[in-house]
Amino acid sequence: MDITVNILLTIATAATPLLIAAIGELVVERSGVLNLGVEGMMIMGAVGGFGAGYLTGSPWIGLLAAIALGAVFSLLFAVMTLSLATNQVATGLSLTLLGLGLSGMMGTSFVGQPGARLPNLDIPGLTAMPVIGRLLFGQDPIFYISIALTAAVMWFLFKTRTGLTLRSIGDSHTSAHALGIKVIRYRYLAVIFGGACAGLAGGHLSLVYTPQWVENMTAGRGWIALALVVFASWRPWRVLAGAYIFGAVWIGQLHAQAFGIPVPSQLLSSLPYLATIVVLVLISRNKRLTMMNTPASLGQPFVPDR
Amino acid sequence: MKKLLIALMTAAAALSLAATAEAQEKLKACWVYTGPIGDFGYSYQHDQGRLDVEKELGDKVETAYLENVSEGPDADRAFERLAREGCKIIFGTSFGFMDPEVKVAKKFPDVMFEHATGYKTSDNLGIYNARFYEGRYILGQIAAKQSKSGVAGYIVSFPIPEVVMGINSFMLGAQSIKPDFKAKIVWINSWFDPGKEADAAKALFDQGADIIVQHTDSTAALQVAEERGLQGFGQSSDMIKFAPKAQLTSIVDDWGPYYIGRVKAALDGTWKPGNVWLGIKDGAVKMAPYTNMPDDVKAMAEATEKKIVEGWNPFTGLIAKQDGTPWLKEGEVADDPTLLGMNFYVKGVDDKLPQ
Repeated sequence: MDITVNILLTIATAATPLLIAAIGELVVERSGVLNLGVEGMMIMGAVGGFGAGYLTGSPWIGLLAAIALGAVFSLLFAVMTLSLATNQVATGLSLTLLGLGLSGMMGTSFVGQPGARLPNLDIPGLTAMPVIGRLLFGQDPIFYISIALTAAVMWFLFKTRTGLTLRSIGDSHTSAHALGIKVIRYRYLAVIFGGACAGLAGGHLSLVYTPQWVENMTAGRGWIALALVVFASWRPWRVLAGAYIFGAVWIGQLHAQAFGIPVPSQLLSSLPYLATIVVLVLISRNKRLTMMNTPASLGQPFVPDR
Repeated sequence: MKKLLIALMTAAAALSLAATAEAQEKLKACWVYTGPIGDFGYSYQHDQGRLDVEKELGDKVETAYLENVSEGPDADRAFERLAREGCKIIFGTSFGFMDPEVKVAKKFPDVMFEHATGYKTSDNLGIYNARFYEGRYILGQIAAKQSKSGVAGYIVSFPIPEVVMGINSFMLGAQSIKPDFKAKIVWINSWFDPGKEADAAKALFDQGADIIVQHTDSTAALQVAEERGLQGFGQSSDMIKFAPKAQLTSIVDDWGPYYIGRVKAALDGTWKPGNVWLGIKDGAVKMAPYTNMPDDVKAMAEATEKKIVEGWNPFTGLIAKQDGTPWLKEGEVADDPTLLGMNFYVKGVDDKLPQ
């Protein structure tokens, strides 16, 4: 029983950063903006979170710094693509490159230093309960944030007026503009929200997952998050499912190897990617629904006429 | 305005001229790393070696490096770029740079190339390596003494000879203490991904291992050991700060002396492509202090280290292959080419080698 709980906990830790970054990017893309800079914003969050936690000794300050740094970094993307109408794909890619380089430079003095770890939740009486205690009441704080965030984004996008407005901007920014909606302002806020989420995901890496700073520690997780959004056809609950399928197959294949199952390890290593794509493609095979959920003006620059 | 512009341009031209004049006097030595220099592991240690060169040879040399260069076709461009930028001696520090370096070395016969951990050489391409397996034998012995469950978890990157050799040496060391010692092996197909390394360590501990060994580059696995109150070994650097209670020792790479020697030779014009394999006795492989273990285990480790310094090779018979077929006869020592091309397990390894 203990091993099952341990496996589930490990899966949650592996899925959390993917989920947070992907949920943030989902909101950005729902507003019609494609930000390929997730990896860059994530690594900035990781270095900022570690740095602030290390320098102040408080992982909580680190957590706030991670969110703030991701948000500030995304502002750069927002100014370029929204105010100056640059190409979103190129700007996003350069944001990733800039983030990877800049974080390496900022983090030089943090290399080889043990940092602060965010403590796991510990509620007297509840956490000690067998089996469900640690799963429900004993995880790291960012895990709870990730679940709450997913629920909040679902509610916001599909149950509020502002969410409806945001989605309409993503579908047709010209119509939204004609109706008097402040397209650029909405998109700014969406991009900054996405940046804050990516930063938080990075903070999870350097404050919970592996409490240390090493260059490139995101190791491509930003790209997986981006792919999850597309394969989940822009639906929050599917992003959640995708992140956990990825995490589960990933951890499962490690256990399979340790157990000594005679399957080539290269195949096992590629399984999480394959499984996630297959499952998400299967659940989004309803063409009409997928079309409906795809933001129609995704990636197109918008310059309001004056 | 125009005058100012001309003045500026002249100044810039003069400056760049001065820079080239200076560059001609200095020898430019360059490095290519597969990881970031901030990995606090393998690439970090190579870069420490580069800094040693700068410190030792001062203004006679100028150094440059490219980090995060992926193994494969991308590496061609990295080496070519450095050669074009005036690097006179170039060190490629990862196994996967072998073929790209061979190719680029042919194009630039006047540039001196050095490749770590490979086996191909040419007129202007030398190879160097460190006998990490010597250290891994000691790790195996310590693991067998320290482990209560009799099972170690072993996190590995890619099935190349270097890694296979390490697993074999570790197992020989462990079996010399406890003949039925087991290692659970997990391949993560990456040299560097702290998250994956941590996940692999958790999986191995969950399945009953109580000592973690790694042939990947970050400190993540050791941190998991520390959190769970179990033990493990560092990799490439002394990682004791990350796991003060968990680290038993660590194989530390020290490339400084080798790099200084080779760059000096390049400066004097005496450089020739070499083929060296340095071990504990040459100081290229060092063991971090033996910590968190009883005195008798420490004494055993030190005794083995001394034996290796005196010339004993962990790959000395009698050794059988995994399927039980004999490999080395009693007292027979494996030759270097066999070790460098190692693609089989020795008896007792509980894994199928990915091909």
